[in-house]
Amino acid sequence: LPSAKASTHFLHPSLQAKMSRQLQARRLEGTEKNIWVEFVKLAATYSKVNLGQGFPDFPPPDFLKEAFVRALGGENHMLHQYTRAFGHPPLVKILAQFFEKLLGRDLDPMTNVMVTVGAYQALFCCFQAFVEEGDEVIIIEPFFDCYEPMVKMAGGTPVFVPLRLKDPKDGKLMSSAVWQLDPTELASKFSDRTKAIVLNSPNNPLGKVFSRAELELIATLCVKHDVLCISDEVYEWLVFDGKEHTRIASLQGMWDRTVTIGSAGKTFSVTGWKVGWTVGPNRLLQHLRTVHQNSVYHCATAAQEAVAQGFQRELELYGTPDSYFIQLPKELQQKRDQMVQSLDAVGMKPIIPEGTYFLVADISEFKSDVPDAPDSDEPYDSRFAKWMVKNKGLAAIPLSAFYCGAHKNNYNHFIRFCFAKEDSTLKAANDILQKWKRERTGP
Amino acid sequence: TMAFRHKNTRRIEGLDSNVWVEFTKVAADPSIVNLGQGLPDISPPSYVKEELAKAAAVDRLNQYTRGFGHPSLVKALSQVYERVSGRKIDPLTDILVTVGAYGSLFSTIQALIEEGDEVIIIEPFYDCYEPMVKMAGAKPVFIPLRCKKVGNSASSADWVLDPDELANKFNSKTKAIILNTPHNPIGKVFTREELQVIADLCIKHDTLCISDEVYEWLVYKGNKHIKIAALPGMWERTVTIGSAGKTYSVTGWKLGWSIGPQNLIKHLQVVHQNTLYTCATPLQEALAQALWIDCKRMDDPDCYFYSLSRELESKRDRMAQLLQEAGLKPVIPDGGYFMIVDVSTLNVDLSGVDEREPYDYRFVKWMITSKKLSAIPLSAFCGPETKRQFEKYIRFCFIKKDSTLDAAEVILKNWNKQTA
Repeated sequence: LPSAKASTHFLHPSLQAKMSRQLQARRLEGTEKNIWVEFVKLAATYSKVNLGQGFPDFPPPDFLKEAFVRALGGENHMLHQYTRAFGHPPLVKILAQFFEKLLGRDLDPMTNVMVTVGAYQALFCCFQAFVEEGDEVIIIEPFFDCYEPMVKMAGGTPVFVPLRLKDPKDGKLMSSAVWQLDPTELASKFSDRTKAIVLNSPNNPLGKVFSRAELELIATLCVKHDVLCISDEVYEWLVFDGKEHTRIASLQGMWDRTVTIGSAGKTFSVTGWKVGWTVGPNRLLQHLRTVHQNSVYHCATAAQEAVAQGFQRELELYGTPDSYFIQLPKELQQKRDQMVQSLDAVGMKPIIPEGTYFLVADISEFKSDVPDAPDSDEPYDSRFAKWMVKNKGLAAIPLSAFYCGAHKNNYNHFIRFCFAKEDSTLKAANDILQKWKRERTGP
Repeated sequence: TMAFRHKNTRRIEGLDSNVWVEFTKVAADPSIVNLGQGLPDISPPSYVKEELAKAAAVDRLNQYTRGFGHPSLVKALSQVYERVSGRKIDPLTDILVTVGAYGSLFSTIQALIEEGDEVIIIEPFYDCYEPMVKMAGAKPVFIPLRCKKVGNSASSADWVLDPDELANKFNSKTKAIILNTPHNPIGKVFTREELQVIADLCIKHDTLCISDEVYEWLVYKGNKHIKIAALPGMWERTVTIGSAGKTYSVTGWKLGWSIGPQNLIKHLQVVHQNTLYTCATPLQEALAQALWIDCKRMDDPDCYFYSLSRELESKRDRMAQLLQEAGLKPVIPDGGYFMIVDVSTLNVDLSGVDEREPYDYRFVKWMITSKKLSAIPLSAFCGPETKRQFEKYIRFCFIKKDSTLDAAEVILKNWNKQTA
């Protein structure tokens, strides 16, 4: 590049125009920060026990690992080459079969299902296909953090509506069901510019499982205002205490306006495989296909083949005790209870999640360890989480990470723990917490 | 009821059709000898497959890894490319791992291109460049490679850019030029002099260069792949794109990478963290291990980077011979695994095939139905102005096992007999 000292009249006219413009596209504005880049680094550097980022530290199920090995080593080396762009045929076929049962309608694997690089890319396709400048998208707080930057990158305006924490009953541990939308407040967020609402149930980070009644409330508003629903259901199998996961696409008037998103990573404990999918009407999926074919085009073949075999097994075992979809939530419920007990015993107040493998706990009692810093812009829980990983070796994520900038201090005394961990990991976490408590209550 | 108002966004308007969706369907019939889509039917090297099986057996390698690229992979890439370019490459800031080179192209264009920008695309071009530039809101500006030989071209080196014509395409709005060397579909390997012409214009107009070098290892005797980023003044303005799929014959792994200066790559990383966040872990680990194996033997002719191109050179020569025996004059590529050929000289009667389509589309459809041989029409790789110039050509892919080429041979040998 020419030196800044160069007199501009020696510069080619193109350069004069260029030098006043920024290098990167404006669509990136407001999307540069990412909580994970920072917290994953901190966990990697300091943590002895990592309950931060959401991934299991136990192995994927044997049947799935075996399916992958079969796909790789088999006679058919064409599994190392491109497959069908919108989804490997065996996978879309089995997904269609599975979701036909769950949604109670016929599905065409070629037009009602599309495979993506994780649920993350499914979300991206939805926003790119349907959201542009002038559109508003309702996001329920707290939210999986990528929704906001994705809406912004698509040129849309996020409109936030909070789940509000009802007053705690003294002494009793609360369920994630206490986080609720105010119906009037929710209705007020819908305008004639509202393009879509993003729903995440079971909800990350709270673990809330929206009830049928709550979903009907949302559905009624979607129908009334002719709004799309982007339904992130990656934790659909991880529900506890006999609760039921209701799929909003199965509610009256919703199939035609809903894209339902799922994830092999969460379903089969293989977050590193990055296989996700969308299910919905062709009228919506055709546009997701256009985005997909102009952005990544194909997804990796062998992982899709293995996931297809995983689903085949689950279809055959559906509803039986051997089903992974029954065993995994059962195991996770126990781990949840273990984690809840650990936290409660030391004075952190966990909110018992109805689903997902996350829970949030109120760390107000520990505030003396991390005094307020009035000059700091950083939300309290973020400072607390950083202090905790550096000084106690325990990694967790501040709840403020899941709020928009303006609302980061609304609930700034909660941190999120991931409990999809081996019992030994949870025990090690418990040891850290117990030791910490002794240090605080000691002489 | 209200009319359904949920149409697509403007950014994807008109971008729904795709040559591959059309032609992979047509050629999916197993009785057809498929020399169309660029996918190998040869096996990847066994150590590459083994590394993936090994990686999948490690539990933590089935969970998320670092978003911008698995640590062992970005380290291996930096080692390989430091070796090739002689320049220090920081694995954490100068590299982004993406879902195929396709994902790298998308990340680069989304990061750096927007409405008001123009992007120069050299025709014929890998078909995704145009829709990606349009999806970013920018205007594609086309410039064709032109055959400098009168009559039929014999080599990909015959196809050149006119320097004056190229210079006229640059203006104050030109944000980037997309370069593809070795070139798909022609197989041209741009010479140092040709790259210097492009580089001079990029520097003069402060334009970025998006250099798609997925076929970088596939250059044939007498040719050398040169990285435009290595020319003076170019590193700071170039994003260089590579592909595991093309390097190791594993197109189904969908791993690619972008390499460049931090001040460009950081914007690609922002796009990545807002589009798919991270790529598959076991595949990245396996690729890293394969790259280490080959990095260590880059002085050895058995290194896969070189042995694959030797293997392909003989397939190239065989493909050329088969086409010549059928009375055609193929354009012998200096690199890549595609070969184009002018089929108008065969004077095939295409009156039965949809008159509205370009000549090459009609030819390929006829060839698939009557000869059970598939290829890709070249006009799929052209902008609207040049379709007439290129519609006589079709593209064959020759990264195929011997039995596939044998089957093609039977068809081509019998061609004249049937049409006589």
